[in-house]
Parts: sequence; C-alpha cells; structure tokens
Amino acid sequence: MAVIQFQDVTKVYPLPAGDVVALDGVSLDIDSGEFVSIMGPSGSGKSTLLNIMGSLDVPTSGDVYISGSRIGVMNDDELTLLRRDHIGFIFQHFNLIPLLSAVENVEYPMILRGRKTEARKRAVEVLAAVGLEESLYTHKPNELSGGQQQRVAIARALVNEPDFLLCDEPTGNLDTKTGTGIMNLLSRMNDGGTTVIVVTHDPRMTEYSNRTISIVDGRLA
Amino acid sequence: MTFFDLARRNTERHMFRSALAIIGIVIGVVAIASMGVLGNSINLMVGDVVSDVGDTIIVSPAVGGGGIFGGGGASTGLSERQVEDIRRAIGTNRAIPVITGADRMMVGATTGGVMIYAMHAEDIPYLLEKESGAYLKETAAACMIGKGLADSWKDEGLKLGSRIRIGDETLRVVGILEERGMSFDVNPDHAIVVPHRWYSDRYETDEYDQVIVKVRNVNDIDAVKDAIDERMNRRDDVVNVMDTRRILESITSMYESVTLFLMGIGAISLLVAGVSILNVMMMSVTERTREIGVLRSIGTRRNELMRIFIYEALILGTIGAVVGGILSFGGGYLMTGVFLGDSTYLFNPTSLLYIAFGMSFGVGTSVLCGLYPAWKAAKLNPIQALRHE
Ligand SMILES: Nc1ncnc2c1ncn2[C@@H]1O[C@H](COP(=O)(O)OP(=O)(O)OP(=O)(O)O)[C@@H](O)[C@H]1O
Ligand SMILES: [Mg+2]
Repeated sequence: MAVIQFQDVTKVYPLPAGDVVALDGVSLDIDSGEFVSIMGPSGSGKSTLLNIMGSLDVPTSGDVYISGSRIGVMNDDELTLLRRDHIGFIFQHFNLIPLLSAVENVEYPMILRGRKTEARKRAVEVLAAVGLEESLYTHKPNELSGGQQQRVAIARALVNEPDFLLCDEPTGNLDTKTGTGIMNLLSRMNDGGTTVIVVTHDPRMTEYSNRTISIVDGRLA
Repeated sequence: MTFFDLARRNTERHMFRSALAIIGIVIGVVAIASMGVLGNSINLMVGDVVSDVGDTIIVSPAVGGGGIFGGGGASTGLSERQVEDIRRAIGTNRAIPVITGADRMMVGATTGGVMIYAMHAEDIPYLLEKESGAYLKETAAACMIGKGLADSWKDEGLKLGSRIRIGDETLRVVGILEERGMSFDVNPDHAIVVPHRWYSDRYETDEYDQVIVKVRNVNDIDAVKDAIDERMNRRDDVVNVMDTRRILESITSMYESVTLFLMGIGAISLLVAGVSILNVMMMSVTERTREIGVLRSIGTRRNELMRIFIYEALILGTIGAVVGGILSFGGGYLMTGVFLGDSTYLFNPTSLLYIAFGMSFGVGTSVLCGLYPAWKAAKLNPIQALRHE
C-alpha cells in the first residue's frame, strides 16, 4: 500500500527574476515498509520534494496523496494535523525544543494529540528503544551530544507511530561513527516495519535503503 | 508539560529580560492603582467631612454688594426686610438668618480668639444638634459651645455652666453642641452660638451675613431657589443663592476629574510597559523562529502556538499585576498618609476596586501587547522558519 503518492507533481517558486521550477513532473509511489534514499546534487529539488512529502508545502500542480489524503486541497490546520498524526520528522540539526528535557521532547507530540496520561510511559519506552541511557532522560538538549540528540529526535518522530519517517540528512551533523549508529537505528526501525525516507548526499547511506530515488534539476533520473 | 509550561519556561530562560518587562507592568499598575486610591480617598474624605445632606439653601449677599452702582459704601449684609422677603419667597420652609462674627473671649484667666454665630433662639434646634445642656433663650445672656471648642478649652475649665467673658459682658454656657463636621453653612464645632438679640445689642448691628433655608422636601430645592432668586434678584444680583448639593456635586466632580487625570498618567506609564512587553515578545519570536518552525512541523497548530505566546504575556502581566497590586496597597497607604494624613480610606471597598482595576488593566495591557507577537509567530511559514539560523 502506498503511503506517499506523487502524480505528475510540479513545484514552481515565482521569483521576480523569473519562475524557479524546483520539481518538474515528478511521479512516484512509496509503499509502506520501504526504506528509500533520495539523492541528487545541490539545488536539484530534494528538500522541496521532502517538504511536500511532509505536507509542509503543497504542489503547484499535480496530485499528492499522503497517507490517503490529497494535500493540495487541505488548509493549514488540516496539513498540521496530518503531520502530527501521520509523519515523523528527523532533521539534520536535530531541532529538539531547547526548553524541554529529552523525555519531554518525546512526550510533546503525544500531548499535542491529547494523550497526556500515557505520554510519559510511552516516551520512556521509545527512548529505551532508540538506545538512550536512562540517566539522560531528564537532560536538556544542550546537555546532550549530537548523537544523543538525534536519538531523542528519532524517538520524538516515532512516538505517535507515524506512517513514515522523513529524514533530511540525519547524519549530516554527526561524525562517521555516530552517523553509522544512527543509520543502524533507522535500519532497525525499518526492520520493525517503519517506513523510512532519507535525503542524503552521502552515497554510502544508500546501502541501508532498498530503493534509491535520484533527482536532477527537479526531475527523477 | 503543557503549553503553559512552555511559556513559563521561556520567561524563566530570559529572567533578566522578563524581570524588566515585569517591572514596567508593576510601575504602571502601581501608578494607576495608587493614583486611583489617592483620588478616591480624597473624594471619600470630602464626602465624610462635608456633612450637609443636601436639604439646605444658602442665601448670602452678592459679592460686591448692591449691583453695578452699589460701590464701596453699600452695605454688605442682609437686612431684616430682605430676610422677610426671603421668608415670603420660601413659603412654609424655614429661613434661619445667621450673623457670623469673631471676638476675644476669656475663660478663667485665659483669653483667646473665638468664632461667634448669632441666631434667633427659636431657629437653633432646626440647624444644630445639642449634645448636652439646653438650647438658648432669646433674652438670656447665655451661649452654646461647639464640641471642639469644649475639648480644646477643657484644661482652662470650659464646661457646661462655665462663664465666658467677652469684653465686659459675661455669657453662661448652657449647652454643648454635637460635633457637626465641616459644612457650607455654619461650622460651630470650634465656635460659640449666641442669641441674636444679645449679639445685635452688643455689636450694634441689624444685618445678617447669610440666611440658611432648610427645605422640607429635598425635591423642592430648585423651586425654592428659583423663588428666592426671582424675588430678590429681579433687578440686580442682590443675593447669591446656592444649594449645598450643587456645591458638593461640583467639588466631587472636580476631585473625580483629578482622579481621572492621575489615573491617566498611570495609564500612560502602563502603555509604555505594554510596549516593553511587545518588544520582549517580538525578540522572543525572532530568536525562536527556528523553534517555532520545529513546533509547527511536528504538528503544533497555529492557535496552539499563539496560545504559548499569549500565555507568556499573561505570565509577565499577571506577575507584574500581582506585585503591582501589593505595592500599590503600600503606595496607596503612603500617599493617603502623606497627602491626607489618614490611610483608613485605603481599606474602603471602592479604593480596593481601584487596585483591582489597576491590576486587571495591567494584565489586559500585557495580553493585548502579546497578541501581535503571538500572531506573528503563528503566521510564520514553517519551512522558512526551519531554515532560519
Ligand atoms: N522558498 C523558495 N523560493 C524560491 N526558490 C526556492 C525556494 N526553495 C527552493 N528554491 C529553489 O528551488 C530549487 C530546489 O531547491 P531545494 O532546496 O529543493 O534543493 P536541494 O536539492 O534541497 O539542495 P541542497 O542539497 O543544497 O539542500 C533551487 O533552485 C532553489 O533555489
Ligand atoms: Mg536541501
């Protein structure tokens, strides 16, 4: 079953100097349980593609279905709820909320869904699954290493049991060894059934995935 | 962990900045509340001190006396004939002509100045309450004394039955008057009241300084005033006709405008405080742009994000208002103490209302000034916010 469906998708950024076509007739399906790498040179449209998959943005033309919903016709609140309930985000810069401790960061998406009472138990469970030491649960993000922060971020992305994880260069800010640990973790999550989509510059990362989508100048290659 | 916690933690993260914003609100609230309390206390005090119930009309000679051509030589009092005219104008209401004078008096071996009110003996019970002793008889060489005078001359032996010497005449104290407070007609608390006949004999005068008209039905005040005015001032302004309620009203309204003005100054300072909240929150939004992008991308809706920021303003405003409320209690205590010499009015419900008003104004201003930054935050495009460094 396809969790993401692009049908002849075009994204145009209108600029004073002329329109920039960031995506040009992209069609693709990503099925549940896949581990997909997206590769391409700088400026080729990877982030644009990922933003639309994450329903942070909508296409200029063509149809996009995310978890069965056609995002082109949705308003801001509907898109936000789609992200909250169906998509897990993992960023290059970890992007934890600095005011919240590790475990609170993981609880946050559950609290957004109104599942406050079970939040702590579930957050601890997921943090254990991503391999964060228990003594670090109450640490603030600035008291954690990059690798630890990214583990917390992965736990936060997983806590609401999303249909898929979107990872924009998840190892871009980590050293090789830590990066490998994170990729192994994502791989293990994928083995457990989680759909994973990773944007990367690093060809070695494609080893973890079972499919690589290449994009050049906004077109799939 | 709730949106409120997030807001609280952010104010704690920037302690110094939050403290500054709070201080602004505190100053504003204190200004509004203590100004309000001060003004209100003045108002209450005027209301307390001035005892007139509003059934009184005071007729006095017009200033300058005798109209345009009257000039210096004209008499400055009201004659017996004019008093008769007033009596005719007011129908069954009572006219009480009064002479006001002053002289030196001697009690035992002590002398001092004293105010003297001369009235017809039969009028006195209609104007003044007696505390002890008896009212005057028109033919007696006797007087009644004010409560204040009795108290302050107690050590000199002034009491019921004492003798007061004025010049070479002696007056016996037959009654002591009840304390009356400040008033627009007569203020006998520190004066003596004597029969009209005794006074006119001794001082050789047949004119009165004022005629106090007690109106039986308060609703008739305006009609009675008009009647006096019509009869007495047909050609020239011979007399002034005032009613105490109008005087009281104009004094009260004057103090109300003073209160309003003082509170306006407070409001301006609160406005400045509001701007500082706005500034702090705008800084917060700018600094947290990326965090806002993260919150939005992981599923925080616009109105939820707005709530976080409005809570922040609410926290700053509430702390400022509470601290300000407490301080304005102290400030009000000080101000009323210093300016009025009496702080009890602070505990009057209306004074407390001014403090509550200042506090809610503080919270309101804060939230209002937090709205724009909150809206700004909610309007941010999550993709652009995420890219923000
Ligand atoms: N908000 C925007 N407004 C205008 N043009 C944009 C915007 N975002 C992206 N673009 C343009 O769209 C094209 C694709 O950009 P995109 O960010 O998707 O590339 P990318 O593959 O992610 O690059 P990189 O590897 O450097 O991150 C680029 O030419 C970029 O300049
Ligand atoms: Mg990119």
